[in-house]
Amino acid sequence: MSKSCKLLFAGFGGQGILFAGKFLAYKGLIEDKQVSWLPSYGPEMRGGTANCSVIISDEPIGSPIVDNPDVLIAMNLPSLEKYENAVVSGGKIFVDSTLINKKVERTDVDVYYIPATQMAYDNNIKTLANMIITGKVLKEVDGFSMDNIEAALKKVVSARKIELLGVNETAIKSGYDYAE
Amino acid sequence: MSEKVLMKGNEAIAEAAIRAGCNHYFGYPITPQTEVAAYMAKRMPKIGGTFLQAESEVSAINMVIGVASTGKRVMTSSSSPGVSLKAEGISYLAGCDLPAVVVNVQRGGPGLGGIQPSQSDYFQSTKGGGHGDYRNIVLAPASVQEMASLTFKAFDLADKYSMVSMILADGTMGQMMEPVSLDAGEVNTYEKPWALTGTNCERKHNIVNSLYLKPEALEQKNFERYERYKKIEENEVMYEEYLMDDAEICVVSFGITSRVAKNAINEARAKGVKVGMIRPITLWPFPKKPLAAAAEKCKAFISVEMSMGQMIEDIELAIRCKKPVLLCNRVGGMIPTPEEVLAKIQEANEGGAF
Repeated sequence: MSKSCKLLFAGFGGQGILFAGKFLAYKGLIEDKQVSWLPSYGPEMRGGTANCSVIISDEPIGSPIVDNPDVLIAMNLPSLEKYENAVVSGGKIFVDSTLINKKVERTDVDVYYIPATQMAYDNNIKTLANMIITGKVLKEVDGFSMDNIEAALKKVVSARKIELLGVNETAIKSGYDYAE
Repeated sequence: MSEKVLMKGNEAIAEAAIRAGCNHYFGYPITPQTEVAAYMAKRMPKIGGTFLQAESEVSAINMVIGVASTGKRVMTSSSSPGVSLKAEGISYLAGCDLPAVVVNVQRGGPGLGGIQPSQSDYFQSTKGGGHGDYRNIVLAPASVQEMASLTFKAFDLADKYSMVSMILADGTMGQMMEPVSLDAGEVNTYEKPWALTGTNCERKHNIVNSLYLKPEALEQKNFERYERYKKIEENEVMYEEYLMDDAEICVVSFGITSRVAKNAINEARAKGVKVGMIRPITLWPFPKKPLAAAAEKCKAFISVEMSMGQMIEDIELAIRCKKPVLLCNRVGGMIPTPEEVLAKIQEANEGGAF
């Protein structure tokens, strides 16, 4: 991984935006990285647009706020429209193409279209489009890997829902293996 | 150091308080500090402590006065509008010389304001808030780790000096998660001969009170209190210096804005601008001495804060207005970007503003 990776997860409240960010932050922590996770909070969490800033770095983290992400994960159209131009040149944009018909207009970024919501329905794990798209992030972004998936999931899946550990892993793998 | 866990700043405060021996918490929910209360609600019953959601912030702070009178460690937390409601109780705690910890996870104001982060309760926290001559110790964490460690510190200082310690955080610090080691401080015990613990018919009654109708007596109480405050100003100042050795420009910033400023300082350094930062960790007592020393060698100061310019007054006082102090600020829930801070650093470096 380059010294620091700034990610912005964005979508509707309820899509598991914060959860996916937390998973990556814990994975970073387990791998001895410096990490920060900052959610949007307040009314937008309850059905509006939600986002979270995640930074994973080899160096101590200054501001935890991600204004210009290296990696944007857009899970609805308003998020893509809002943040497309904020992504750094040479950055990567991951688009849930089930929910977003629009194509990314910029040509100076790498774009990955993945029908995460459709895949989630097809695999009967319809709440896990977030983890499918996260799997694709692990595949395509330098420095990320499938290492420590289970350990990180154990930190973020609550003990009461421990039976969901396996399907989260399945979701991540299907995103990782998805070929456009 | 114990194993690091990922926690929200609000949760780190709550867990650290419990580990610092606080078994009594009274509060009322308000965004963006509600996780403190939620965490306490979950944990306190398991350790035999008290979590009580009061009917209002006013009730909660008066319950704090009650527990503080018995000498037990006690905490309340809120966000800006709620802390205004607690101001009367904080003044009474000061008047009774009682130790307690009050947490303010600030949001934009005045009035109900908004729910996004702010630092515009600086005056309220450091200059009073309630009525009368008094001070609070004010601690300003800039990471989730400090949310935990300064909570330990807050309880220690409150007991040591028998007064209110306030943790002045903001919505960002409360909501963000970072790795934190919860083994974050020592727990000292202090003698509290004034505490209302029951006489057992073996000693005279203790009285906890803030009413002194004889002006001579009340004056004396105030004098004694300010003798204590003087000791705190001498002994308890905390601050961090960042790249100050050769700095010609000194950024002053606390909490979340100090993190943003660090990014800007690193960028400015890469461009060859000699800039550093003094980050007050205690806002009261304010780090006057290091600022006065910096005024001897720096050509300008920049106050980076999320208010219309509150801390900047303390900076100007500390350096006796010897050097220009620029203001870089956003308010109402907006956070300055590193680019905005960088632009201000360049302005200060070119000297155009003065």
